[in-house]
Amino acid sequence: MDRQRREQQWTDWMRNAMDGDVQAYHRFLTDVTPQLRLLALRRCREFGAPASDAEDIVQEVLLAVHLKRGTWDVSRPIGPWLSAIVRNKLIDVLRRRGRQGSVPLDDVMETLAAEEKADTTDRLDAEQLVDQLKPPQRDIVRAISLEGAGVRETAQKLNMSEGAVRVALHRALKALAALYRSDVREDR
Amino acid sequence: MKTDDLISLLSADASVRQRLGRALALALVIGVLVSFILLIGTVGLRHNLVSVFETARVLFKIGFTLLLAAIATALVWRIGRPGVSARLRAWLLLLPLGVLMAGVAVELAVLPRDAWMAKWEGAHAAFCVFFIPVLSLAPLGGLMAALRDGAPANPGLAGAVAGLAAGTLGSALYAWHCPDDSPLFVATWYLLGILIVTGVGYLCGRRLLRW
Repeated sequence: MDRQRREQQWTDWMRNAMDGDVQAYHRFLTDVTPQLRLLALRRCREFGAPASDAEDIVQEVLLAVHLKRGTWDVSRPIGPWLSAIVRNKLIDVLRRRGRQGSVPLDDVMETLAAEEKADTTDRLDAEQLVDQLKPPQRDIVRAISLEGAGVRETAQKLNMSEGAVRVALHRALKALAALYRSDVREDR
Repeated sequence: MKTDDLISLLSADASVRQRLGRALALALVIGVLVSFILLIGTVGLRHNLVSVFETARVLFKIGFTLLLAAIATALVWRIGRPGVSARLRAWLLLLPLGVLMAGVAVELAVLPRDAWMAKWEGAHAAFCVFFIPVLSLAPLGGLMAALRDGAPANPGLAGAVAGLAAGTLGSALYAWHCPDDSPLFVATWYLLGILIVTGVGYLCGRRLLRW
């Protein structure tokens, strides 16, 4: 798909997502992820970080996209917003890992060529971060992410109201993002 | 956790969508309202406001502070949005600054030299520098809380912009009480008060606006 059509597609999906269309949101995230992965791999290589770091970065960027999507002006195309979020997050991550340097404003739309495949989409780090969440949040995150349960099922299973599950899930995602931020890895 | 699992997690949370613009608007309205009530409840409006309102210096002071507050607040609307340039609005800040300098120049031209010091010092300089930050607290708290939903590239800078906006809003409110009308006074003590709030905003932003 050429860049313009892809950007239009992403923008449409995200607009619908902002109006509450969960399917469109899922499609958007799924479609964006491979591009994010390529960008992350390229940056890791440039800064001498192991390729296994890339998937952590992808997950952290996805969290940022999710938690900050309210800063996107729905009347604008999604490309510049996404590129800026990704860039800021990459600078943040690489700085935290002790790698100074400027990160160019990568155009997410332009990342097309498949450079290399990372088979490390299962991240131990993220698992450890989930462990650090408080009990109801942790159980909810596990139920939805690992067991693929929906909000309703999770609510029944944990004997909570759906609303309470939604609130706890949102807090859990914010907490995860904060854990990522505070998670300084000196050993790398 | 696999990335696909994370995506399922995020999709399940799709219903929670806070829009930055609404949060900022709410913060602005509540912050200004609280500070206005604080102004009325403590020192009140200037007692002779109606009779002096049409004098050039009072009009200048109120017009200048409102213009500055409007532009600084418009800048806050941009600062937390990735991929949107805030540069033009930042340059616009030079407009009220130019207006102020013109006001100072005219004041110096029309006042005899031996009246400069008295006008510059005014009657309540210390109170002005104290009370503008006080009137800025509610807008600063509100804007800062709203900007936590934002995604500023530079948290300190974003905090400083929030502080600048809050300080200018505080000064625009204080102007309705303040009996010192000379542009010399405004250019010194008002700006000092605004600068203090901007600094506080910078320090808060560095801590609170990281994401």
